[in-house]
Amino acid sequence: MVEDLQEKPFMADGSEVITDFEEPINDRNRIAPVIEFRDVHLAFDEKVILDGVSFSVRRGETKLILGRSGGGKSTTIRLILGLLKPDSGQILIDGEDITNYSEEEMMPVRQKIGMVFQEGALFDSISVYENVAYRLREQNVDEEEIEHEVRRMLRFVDLEDAIDKMPAELSGGMRRRVGIARALVGDPEIVLYDEPTAGLDPPTARTICELAIKLRDLQDVSSIFVTHEMNNVGYLSSEYAIINESGEVVFEKEGERLCLINTEVIMLRDGKVMFNGTDEQLRSSQDPYIHNFVYGKN
Amino acid sequence: MNPLTRFVFELQEISVLIWRSFVSLFSQPRYVGEWIKQMDLIGVGSLPIVLLTGFFTGGVLVLQTFPTLQYYSIQNESGRSVATSLIRELGPVLSALMVSGRIGSAIAAELGSMVVSQQIDAMRAFGTDPNRKLVSPRLIALILMLPLLTVAADIFGLMGGAIVANQLYSQDISVFVNSARNGIQVEDIIGGVIKPIFFGLVIGSVACHKGLTTTGGTVGVGRATTDAVVIASIWVIIFDFFLSKALQYVLDVGPM
Repeated sequence: MVEDLQEKPFMADGSEVITDFEEPINDRNRIAPVIEFRDVHLAFDEKVILDGVSFSVRRGETKLILGRSGGGKSTTIRLILGLLKPDSGQILIDGEDITNYSEEEMMPVRQKIGMVFQEGALFDSISVYENVAYRLREQNVDEEEIEHEVRRMLRFVDLEDAIDKMPAELSGGMRRRVGIARALVGDPEIVLYDEPTAGLDPPTARTICELAIKLRDLQDVSSIFVTHEMNNVGYLSSEYAIINESGEVVFEKEGERLCLINTEVIMLRDGKVMFNGTDEQLRSSQDPYIHNFVYGKN
Repeated sequence: MNPLTRFVFELQEISVLIWRSFVSLFSQPRYVGEWIKQMDLIGVGSLPIVLLTGFFTGGVLVLQTFPTLQYYSIQNESGRSVATSLIRELGPVLSALMVSGRIGSAIAAELGSMVVSQQIDAMRAFGTDPNRKLVSPRLIALILMLPLLTVAADIFGLMGGAIVANQLYSQDISVFVNSARNGIQVEDIIGGVIKPIFFGLVIGSVACHKGLTTTGGTVGVGRATTDAVVIASIWVIIFDFFLSKALQYVLDVGPM
């Protein structure tokens, strides 16, 4: 991924950054949703988790899913991976209806998806190297290529030094970053983040968000970012990453040169999508529930 | 859910788990490295406690039965009584109980913490079937190792018995050994090895099932571990009765 940084970012309007952009923005490929939920219902016994949820994520787009704890955010992600099955409705990945896929049929679909778990979910019986290498080992890739790939990913999350450590020796933030490196092995086109910044200090949380921004803008990854922290929303929906003249990745605020349109927010409440739009719309919403969530008070 | 429905439901889940693990043996990937690691952990790791259990059980059997046998003047048959009860009954059951305490709890705790820290989800998300990678190796290791551990426990039990008879009741070792050899039939040994195969399956499947269905965080892991040991132990004892009856019928091993 580090080598690929020359690839131009996907930006909203026609500023000089994207003059030699290979794919035009109105490419069909870009309009067709990568992830689509159609009227998805799910209940555990009596408890309704999702009650008719519909939304879609386009290629290169990041959808932020907001909502209170226990509001079905993580469940949404588990459904995409096929770890759970909905009671009714359809889930499409790359236009493929995966709703009734068996565990075996899900395997090729899951290879397109990288997943960042809440606490990292690293395998604690094996080293950082083996954790990141896990997916490649399962595919019987040869050792030399595995090592190259593992180092490349750890460099991306700036943790190459920790390569031989065991997960128990890492701090919370490092574990998440290793989790991100592990999710990115094999260059998935979709990355799902399940509260990746929960419980982290603000600078570390910011680092995680920057990684997500880099993936979105420089790698054209589609993603779902589940969170309940408003500062994450701020970073992801108002900053973008570009490569400056000296080849470094820099983060800029929208508004000065560009306007970001590849990030939108969904808010879940009681298993229903109660809001779907941009962060500006979210912040100016008059709905008391949203206002309370965004500002922490009425 | 009422207890009966719950029981039937869990029985179904466990049967499915065993069936899936069995089927997974016939296709790639097989994770043979994992099998060997588990055999080492379960087999070699449990050897000391099983040997100690066997040794002292054999010893205490002689200690308690010798005076009674002496009362009837058949103290020369003490080897037979120890051998029969050890090889038919106590060796398999006590080894299984020790292993269910040591390994059943370890399996349930390990898989349970993997569930609550989302490692099982991560595994599935990365395209690994947890049944294949985690359950099958443990079941295979238990099924292969428990009979071997039982045989080792039996041998140490006889040694313990012989030592007690010799040291405390001044019986000649050769008398003990002869009566033991006369007392044991081939059927006893076959039966004593068949039982632990089933016990291994019971312990492994109950512990894996309890571990994989853990809910409710770290408290849940504790509960799963306790449940695994208690339920596996009870089932070992219940199974023992029915297996004994079935083996009596199949192998034609009657009362002494």
